[in-house]
Amino acid sequence: MTTVKASATAEHLLGADLGLTRDQLLDMYRLIASTRALDERMWILNRAGKVPFVISGQGHEGAQVGVCYGLRHGHDWMVPYYRSVAACLTFGMTAREIMLAQFARANDPSSGGRQMPGHYGSAIHNIMSQSSPVATQVLHAVGIALAAKIRGTDQVAVTSLGEGSSNQGDFHEGLNFAGIHRLPVIVVVENNGWAISVPASQESAVEDIASRAAGYNMPGVIVDGSDVLACYRAGREAIDRARRGDGPTLIEAKVTRLTGHSSDDQQTKYRSAAELEAGRGHDPLPRFRDQLRAVGVLDEASEAHLTAEIKALVEDATDWAEAQPEPDPATARRHVYAESEA
Amino acid sequence: MPKVTMPQLGESVSEGTIGKWLKQVGDHVDKYEAIVEVITDKVNAEVPSPFAGTLTAILVPEGETVPNDTEIAEIDGGGEVVAASAAPRAPVALAPAASFGPAGSDERPVGDYEGRVTPAVRRLAREHEIDLSLVPGTGHDGRVTREDVLAYIEQRRTGPGAATPTVSTAAPASAAPASAPAPAARAGEDELVPTTPMRRAIAAQMIRAKSTAPHAYTTVEVDMSGLVALRDSVKADYQAREGIGLSFVPFVTKAVVEALRKHPDLNAHWTDQGLLRRRHINIGVAVAVDDGLIVPVVHDADGLSINGLNKAIVELAGRARAGKLRLEDIQGGTFTVNNTGWFGSVSSQPIVNVPEVAILSMEAIVKRPVVLATPGGDAIGIRPMMNICTSFDHRATDGAQIGRFVQDVRMWLESVDVNTSVW
Amino acid sequence: MAIRTLVESIRETLADEMRRDETMIILGEDVGPKGGVFLATDGLWAEFGADRVMDTPLSESLIVGASIGAAVNGLRPVPEIQFADFIFPAFNQIVSEAARLRYRSNGAFGCPITIRTPYGGGVHGALYHSQSVEAFFAHVPGLKIVVPSTPYDARGLLRSSIRDPDPVIFLEHKKLYRSVRGEVPDTDYVVPLGRAQVTRPGNHVTVIAYGLMAHYSLEAAELVAAEGISVEVIDLRTLRPLDAETVVGSVRKTGKCVIVYEDNRFGGYGAEVAAVLAEDAFEYLDGPILRVTGPDVPGVPYSHTLEDWFMVDPDKIADAIRRLAAY
Repeated sequence: MTTVKASATAEHLLGADLGLTRDQLLDMYRLIASTRALDERMWILNRAGKVPFVISGQGHEGAQVGVCYGLRHGHDWMVPYYRSVAACLTFGMTAREIMLAQFARANDPSSGGRQMPGHYGSAIHNIMSQSSPVATQVLHAVGIALAAKIRGTDQVAVTSLGEGSSNQGDFHEGLNFAGIHRLPVIVVVENNGWAISVPASQESAVEDIASRAAGYNMPGVIVDGSDVLACYRAGREAIDRARRGDGPTLIEAKVTRLTGHSSDDQQTKYRSAAELEAGRGHDPLPRFRDQLRAVGVLDEASEAHLTAEIKALVEDATDWAEAQPEPDPATARRHVYAESEA
Repeated sequence: MPKVTMPQLGESVSEGTIGKWLKQVGDHVDKYEAIVEVITDKVNAEVPSPFAGTLTAILVPEGETVPNDTEIAEIDGGGEVVAASAAPRAPVALAPAASFGPAGSDERPVGDYEGRVTPAVRRLAREHEIDLSLVPGTGHDGRVTREDVLAYIEQRRTGPGAATPTVSTAAPASAAPASAPAPAARAGEDELVPTTPMRRAIAAQMIRAKSTAPHAYTTVEVDMSGLVALRDSVKADYQAREGIGLSFVPFVTKAVVEALRKHPDLNAHWTDQGLLRRRHINIGVAVAVDDGLIVPVVHDADGLSINGLNKAIVELAGRARAGKLRLEDIQGGTFTVNNTGWFGSVSSQPIVNVPEVAILSMEAIVKRPVVLATPGGDAIGIRPMMNICTSFDHRATDGAQIGRFVQDVRMWLESVDVNTSVW
Repeated sequence: MAIRTLVESIRETLADEMRRDETMIILGEDVGPKGGVFLATDGLWAEFGADRVMDTPLSESLIVGASIGAAVNGLRPVPEIQFADFIFPAFNQIVSEAARLRYRSNGAFGCPITIRTPYGGGVHGALYHSQSVEAFFAHVPGLKIVVPSTPYDARGLLRSSIRDPDPVIFLEHKKLYRSVRGEVPDTDYVVPLGRAQVTRPGNHVTVIAYGLMAHYSLEAAELVAAEGISVEVIDLRTLRPLDAETVVGSVRKTGKCVIVYEDNRFGGYGAEVAAVLAEDAFEYLDGPILRVTGPDVPGVPYSHTLEDWFMVDPDKIADAIRRLAAY
């Protein structure tokens, strides 16, 4: 088990040791900031009564963008979970597509409005469709990786889940199998310390989920989820390992959950004000912004520009998605089986 | 708005002709009041309205023939819907969402049958217009099974059956071997009389009887002197008391009833499964009417005295000639008596009214010289003699059985004397 | 034409399909060098190697879950669950994931896997090696459930199942594995899913069955034929989708129906068939729809006296036929 931190001094160009260009850094920032803006908009829509349910990943964006940024679009596979908005945007989905899921519109690529929001997926982007029973996706990622190995495609599969979900049987069966067969799969546990209202100390027998990796013969990497470049490094290493055939990695990103579990959860009931405040101090967005400001990748002008761009993006995604047609009940029987796709 | 539909008048009838509207549009109609005369193959009947209300529309004009269940009139009952017959049940499709027939689609009667009826049996009875009380049941506890009904349908189709749809849909000639085409009517010389429904029905029934039941015949002579004496002695009183005449028909009917009591095999219907002995003795008495022949039935004749029989027969004959018979008047017969004597016949070979197994004709009473046995030896006397000609279905019975039967008929008639009570 | 037992037919069909389709893989417990606890995959590991005939850990959820993932990434997995009694750890993956993947993604993803598993009793297997599980899965839209009863059908149906783009649960009655033999042509024939077969025509009573019961029903039909009862036997072959047309058509003809399944009676698969008939053949029924089933006890007991009591057999079926014929 190793801990990874990025080193950034004023003398080094930020991220240069990771091979990241300035544009890439900005791109990562844009992804994180856009996700946050979209995320905040979802909650406003919910409180305004326009969408009945929201579950999202405020506080997780840095880890997701960081870990997934090194994947090869259209080649590798992503098997996300319900907080993975940032990861999905990183892997090619658009703001409009995210919003289509919120409004459950007919042309929502994730599910055609059939699933609750949060179950993002996209066949053309190799983003596996999700379900609600947690941790089942770990086995799917393992299967995808198994196929990659058998077919010899050098694809890598990345899956993510919360620390609560890492206590499901499927997590352990999946890691065990991946360990036996050295499969090209990366399992990312986004540990925000809470499984709805149950704190991690009551959820898992060990404090660090990454420590379980040893039980499955693979490296377990702990990373500060608010440190985007550290996450990128951890992701990069795991991706490279997998791609060259050296097997799976378990990455545990320590993140913070800035909102309640979902729009149906009132977290002030079980989280103290002090703890919530401390969590806000662990927010990846201002931390990364500060890093980028410090080395001049972001300045007032570019920030203002970016803010306006993101605002426009969110407005466009919201208005456009809301205007899309709702699913027709006449289509409700389609896709039960392949032949019902007439 | 409730609609009156063409009812099924008589077994095997599939259509009816509107004869005469008894009510006009705008008239008030009581529930079950007759509103129209309908002519069918079998019977002319007055059809009652199932609802009370105002007759608001006549949908089929006089003279038009329509199939059963056709809507013929509208009654505005102000909300009362007591449909006596509804639209026919739609066929059940294979679709998962089963299409049920309209409520009350069981109203097409399957007779007064009170036994257990499964859906299959009920459906078949309805589709083929079967009175289930006529079907022998071989199932558990005597249940009429689907096989029983199918067999009944088959024997009715191939055997003597009066319940298959009549030739309303097919020309009578189709049932008979193709005969030479009728010569074209020459205008001004020949006259083509169109076949009436009744004539068609009679033709079909006769063909069916003759082509399926092998007929055999027997004739006995009856010495009617006692009966003639009795009748002569009471007829005036009877006429005065009852207001109707007393013919020989009820006596012969009574003799037949008594003989049938002793020979239940002849109070029966022929079926492929076997002889269906009927419990009730329902005597059909053939009546000549304007354009043909009809056989109204005296139900439970064994419960009637001679007077009772006479009244029943006279009343039925009267209504038959007036075209006012009801459905129950022509259904359920178990044996037929035919009076051919009135026009002087001394011998006839009547056609068995299938599916009954025998028919009896009473011929003319003719005074004849007969040989009488006297203590002093044979002598010639004059007696009123009447032949009884019995035809029978030789599948169902044999000469010996018939012989005993007609003996019993004869002996009963010959036992009548002035002391016999007619009441 | 070759004569094969049921398991031989399955094994050869798996081999044929593996040769025909290089994306097909087999995975499960003991499927590799051992060739499966019933030898259903015997010889396949030697021919196709460990990559394509893979021994998995004792993890049923993994067996199915990994198959789902592999199917999404271009393979055609045919996993084996060693006994149907042990399928329940994989229930979540089968019902929540495999069955729903196409529907929940609005057609973006599919799940072309065929889960093979031996089921059924009468082999001294007791509670945990004798179960019937079709009722749990036939209930789920998105799954297909197939039960061959003959070597011929096994080959044809297994081909159709493997080639089907949707998840199929292929139930193999373990008592039939070696006890039923039949002709299996060498050709590339398929038996389409969703088609029942009238294995014996008749007129008085329809008997509907599948698996081992399809054989027992034929025996029962033979028993009562001598008594003048003409029985039409239908082997369903596919439980979902149900060939309602054949089944309803037959009962419309005969008017009487006995449905046979060895599973527990209450809520068993045959109850659905009875409901379909009650709706779609009601006007043609000349007697109640009867079921001959296993009793409602939690499992097939081991001792032969108890197992014989549990198991449906030809005599029990014949009794029901007689009762119904006499109704």
